[in-house]
Amino acid sequence: MDLLTVVQAVQTMFPDAAAEAVAGALVIRKEAAFAVLDQLKNGPSRFISLQCLTAVDRKEALDVVYHLYSFDVRFLLTVKVVLSSEEPSIDSVASLWDAANWFEREVYDLFGIKFLGHPDLRRILNPDDWAGHPLRKSFASSDIIQKPLK
Amino acid sequence: MNFPVQELLKLAAKGGFVLGFVAVSAMFLIWLERKVSAWIQNRKGPMMTGPQGAFQSVADTVKLLLKENIVPSGADFFIWWLAPFFVAIPAVMAFVCMPFGPHHIVYDLNVGILYICSITSVSVLGIFMAGWGSNNKYSLLGGMRSAAQIISYEVPLLLSVLVVVMEAGTVSMQGIVHAQEPGWFILKPNVMVAFLIYLISATAEVNRVPFDIPEAESELVAGYHTEYSGMKFAMFFVAEYTNFFIISATTATLFFGGWLGPWAPSPVWFLLKAYGIVFFLMWVRWTLPRLRMDQMMTFAWKVLTPLALVNVLVTGWFLVRKG
Amino acid sequence: MIKDELVINMGPQHPSTHGVLFLELRLNGEIVNDCRPHIGYLHRSIEKVAESRTLTQFIPFTDRLDYLASMNNNLGFCLAAERLLQIEAVRRAQYLRVIVAELNRIASHLLAISTFAQDLGAYATALFYAMRDRQKIVQIFDELCGQRLTYNYVRIGGVSGDMTPKIAQMIRDFIASEREILKDYDDLLTHNIIFKARSKNIGVLAQDIALSYGVTGPNLRATGFNWDVRKDEPYLVYDKLDFKVSLGTVGDAWDRYFVRVQEMRESLKIVEQALAALPEGDPVVKVNKPFRPNGEVYMRTESPRGDLGFYIVGNGEAFPYRLKIRAPSFSNISVLPVMAKGLNVSDAVCVLGSLDIVMGEIDR
Repeated sequence: MDLLTVVQAVQTMFPDAAAEAVAGALVIRKEAAFAVLDQLKNGPSRFISLQCLTAVDRKEALDVVYHLYSFDVRFLLTVKVVLSSEEPSIDSVASLWDAANWFEREVYDLFGIKFLGHPDLRRILNPDDWAGHPLRKSFASSDIIQKPLK
Repeated sequence: MNFPVQELLKLAAKGGFVLGFVAVSAMFLIWLERKVSAWIQNRKGPMMTGPQGAFQSVADTVKLLLKENIVPSGADFFIWWLAPFFVAIPAVMAFVCMPFGPHHIVYDLNVGILYICSITSVSVLGIFMAGWGSNNKYSLLGGMRSAAQIISYEVPLLLSVLVVVMEAGTVSMQGIVHAQEPGWFILKPNVMVAFLIYLISATAEVNRVPFDIPEAESELVAGYHTEYSGMKFAMFFVAEYTNFFIISATTATLFFGGWLGPWAPSPVWFLLKAYGIVFFLMWVRWTLPRLRMDQMMTFAWKVLTPLALVNVLVTGWFLVRKG
Repeated sequence: MIKDELVINMGPQHPSTHGVLFLELRLNGEIVNDCRPHIGYLHRSIEKVAESRTLTQFIPFTDRLDYLASMNNNLGFCLAAERLLQIEAVRRAQYLRVIVAELNRIASHLLAISTFAQDLGAYATALFYAMRDRQKIVQIFDELCGQRLTYNYVRIGGVSGDMTPKIAQMIRDFIASEREILKDYDDLLTHNIIFKARSKNIGVLAQDIALSYGVTGPNLRATGFNWDVRKDEPYLVYDKLDFKVSLGTVGDAWDRYFVRVQEMRESLKIVEQALAALPEGDPVVKVNKPFRPNGEVYMRTESPRGDLGFYIVGNGEAFPYRLKIRAPSFSNISVLPVMAKGLNVSDAVCVLGSLDIVMGEIDR
């Protein structure tokens, strides 16, 4: 199994996902993301393991990166979804993989991406009253220092 | 009026001796426990204070005496304040009937063993008061666990003592010792069973591993005495080790002939036997994991109590047949 | 029902939460109705720090993730960086890495099983035995790289110090003695009737739940799922070494414990083989200018706690653009609410201890 077969399969099944292979990753549109990921998990190749879910702040856009693994075909698939950096949001996949619950909370905490339909979207690493999202490139370390300590 | 001044002075001297013995024995036991555990765990234990760290407990006592007595906010002060006394005083009082030798006893009550069993049971009240009064959930859970545990294990404990009483034909501590002059009770098979039941139940009575559930460090931090500091904590600590000595000494008296023994003075034999059992229980403590609450209760009610009852019946049947 | 609930805040300071974990337990009597882990007390934002450090400068930070298995973290990060930079370490360095990674796995598992015993109330004895054995490993590492806890030993392209005959002898002595000593743990814990009563059939983790929550490592293998990155996606020279993947059957706390004991035996075998096959060469690398990573990589290795993944994104600068650490304990602890529900407080502590978490890598 390789990336191209996955991309072609997604292209035929979900024409509106605008699936393409970019730099070793399957890139899909935000609107179709949940349906595609659902198919990847429950489809024939059974990507039952969500290895990692994270985000990358590219300043003009935010990438949500899913690393899926299938024990059946022994393939590690990278799925990327590009979000706008203004009020980013995407459908939660916590209903597909339980592991996504905490991963999404972490991404929400550190990047400020809203996961729609997440059962319990709270900050996980930072305190609840923390302002800002530290891993955004716009968040300077001086933001922490300038804030008065209470 | 014939005021028995001499009698009172004698009693006071004996009381003073008991108090002194309790304090010294608790400190010695704490030191011994640290040394035994160190020996089991490939380390040295206290070494700095005195030879082999012998004065470590003295230093600890001084430290605890000087520490601030912190009252937790929201504590039920009166109950909280009273609890350590309810634990410590019965432990000292139990020594009244402890036969160190043929004449080395404060007062040989004719209900000796019954007195010891009942006075040590009072401490559960103190433990529960500590758990309730501390305004701490860990303490409360510890107190509740302790109440359930101690009351449950009281039943097999008394039933196993009953076998000894039946064999001896008396409840006086000295009487029980004298009854063992032909041979220790432990050598009789039915008393052997009673001995095992007694030792297990007594270990549970004093909250030691594998029955240290009320104090379960990894679950309840320190259980009922979590909120105590300074001298109040020291009182719990002393009471714990005094109770530990009491069960060992009682075991020695009931099953191993107490102060009976050739060549050496009788108190030496008594202490030797008691400390032998102390060492065994320390060995157990530093080897075994802890049981769970429900497992421990099941063991008390479904295994030990029926076994002890059958043992009592069998003993009775034999005694009646013997006539 | 809510009125009868007793809320206990277990942690962040508590003897058995293995660091600064905060468990909010809602109890009905002593039965856990709900268990909510709160993490983040050790959050140092290491991923943000990575964005202002070169790859070489970041290696010491990986020591501070899973501080009980620093070698495995060094290794995971360096392998990911090497894959991104398309470097391959010299053969001798690869063997040395296997040796240190497996020794550190033993050290980590020793602490895991002994703290688990401690959680079950076996006062300190198993812990002191484990510390005594771990000390031997730590001394080997001390000889090798001059550090006892945070090694910074594995470097991009090689390692920081070469093996000497003295160290090889120390390792051989350790293997010989540890084989015997592991039997002591069997006597003290594995076949102890109380230990079994406390851990058999407690906190059974179903395989599908484990997979869904991303549980990996010994915890996943205890459910009987055969997955070990060392076997299934061999890195370094693991494909040339002979070792078994130890599996559990039920997925209870005892299985998780026993898988670790078995893994220690296998690790001893691996170290022995790697030491015998150690090739000649100079494993120590000198880097005089920073690497400029470009592109991205996701690389997994088998740390003592499970799949340790590093996701590195580079944009041609000396500093990585983004670095994500997929810590195994993070996923392993997330399954705790499911497992603890309906258990006794004592059993919840037993389950937590059997998961073997390290807060350093959960909070990062």
